[in-house]
Amino acid sequence: MQPDDFEFLARLLKERSGLVLTKDKGYLVENRLMPVVRQKRLKTLAELLTALKNGEAAVAEHVVEAMMFKDTGFFRDWKPFEHFRHTVLPNLLATRKAKKTLRILCAGVSTGQEAYSLAMILDQAREAWAGWTAEIIGIDLSAPALTYAATGLYSQFEVQRGLPIRMLLKHFQKEDDSWRLKDAIRGMAELKVWNLMDDLFPLGRFDVVLCRNVLPYFDMQTKFAVLQKLGRSMSDDGVLYVGLHEPLSGVSTSFQAVNARLGIYVSGRAEAAKIATLAAPR
Amino acid sequence: MKKCLIVDDSRIIRRVASKILFELGFDPDEAEDGEKAIEAVRIRMPDVAIVDWDMPVMDGLMFVTALRKLPGGDKPIVIFCTADNEVHHIERALDAGADEYIMKPFDSEIVRSKLTILGALD
Ligand SMILES: C[S@@+](CC[C@H](N)C(=O)[O-])C[C@H]1O[C@@H](n2cnc3c(N)ncnc32)[C@H](O)[C@@H]1O
Repeated sequence: MQPDDFEFLARLLKERSGLVLTKDKGYLVENRLMPVVRQKRLKTLAELLTALKNGEAAVAEHVVEAMMFKDTGFFRDWKPFEHFRHTVLPNLLATRKAKKTLRILCAGVSTGQEAYSLAMILDQAREAWAGWTAEIIGIDLSAPALTYAATGLYSQFEVQRGLPIRMLLKHFQKEDDSWRLKDAIRGMAELKVWNLMDDLFPLGRFDVVLCRNVLPYFDMQTKFAVLQKLGRSMSDDGVLYVGLHEPLSGVSTSFQAVNARLGIYVSGRAEAAKIATLAAPR
Repeated sequence: MKKCLIVDDSRIIRRVASKILFELGFDPDEAEDGEKAIEAVRIRMPDVAIVDWDMPVMDGLMFVTALRKLPGGDKPIVIFCTADNEVHHIERALDAGADEYIMKPFDSEIVRSKLTILGALD
């Protein structure tokens, strides 16, 4: 690939998704884009780049989607989800008792495991929020990832990464060598194609936001901008989960760490008292 | 160092599993069938046991049932690790006293995540 082609592609990706494509990731380009070349019935990467440069919108969308890192898993890293289960959820059930609503956003939900993990946790506490409106909204710019998520059909490998065996038995049905998530859980998550570069306020306000393993691909400015948007989409005592190795100190002052090691933050507007109730997980 | 026992009649699987567990900070021991595994746990009760189902002499289900009756046999975390992947297999293993279940083929990420769920790491 020519250096100016690489730069053109890098600029496109950054504008459209925030993804910073560094030179050391150059090897990925061919890997990820050759399938797009074939899908578009083109012959070479060069032809694809020409189509891109001619401003073919559908091609650009495809290319951006193909370049995303979509790795994910059920209950990824486990402990943050335990923190949600044992600390944040009980706290919300107490503080939202009058309103009886609970809204959770998974920003960069990929193939759905993150949203469905939360749904399984909520399901376990179903009695505690009987009569409430509980929403889990998963957004991602990748339409294919969300389509995959919506089918709820996961491979044997996927269901073994992070999912406790008893939850597999309880919430999935075996189909040949794959496992299909039952409708009761699948129906709890609403999935929307949405770009974090766009406005988020049409989505409404959230009590909990997960934006895990998404920010590291952005540069400082984009991280800051996305965190600001997320912050504005959260209730005053909202809780933000980022990935394990994504400290926000030095990136954003809109949030205060509850447990930086686990990537758990509260919106800066929360009073100290609230933070104290969100003590470190057991 | 936490101890772990790998019970599998395949030498290759034992070696792969031992390597994974070692890298996760365990001191691995191996047994090629349930009977040898019983001898092994009598000498040294492990913190974690990774157990295959189908083995000659004594299978994994019999081993786990026997293990759970031994003094201190309730302590080890038992993870079945087998190619049997039907729901009724999984249910039988859990009923016999297994804590988790891995369907072969597996990789280090799966082992790590199962141990994390069970609080056996860190
Ligand atoms: C590495 S995955 C992480 C999935 C999940 N949050 C987790 O932690 O396992 C990152 C996801 O973020 C999505 N993503 C990246 N940039 C995005 C953007 N600008 N808008 C929406 N989604 C984006 C990608 O498509 C991908 O599915």
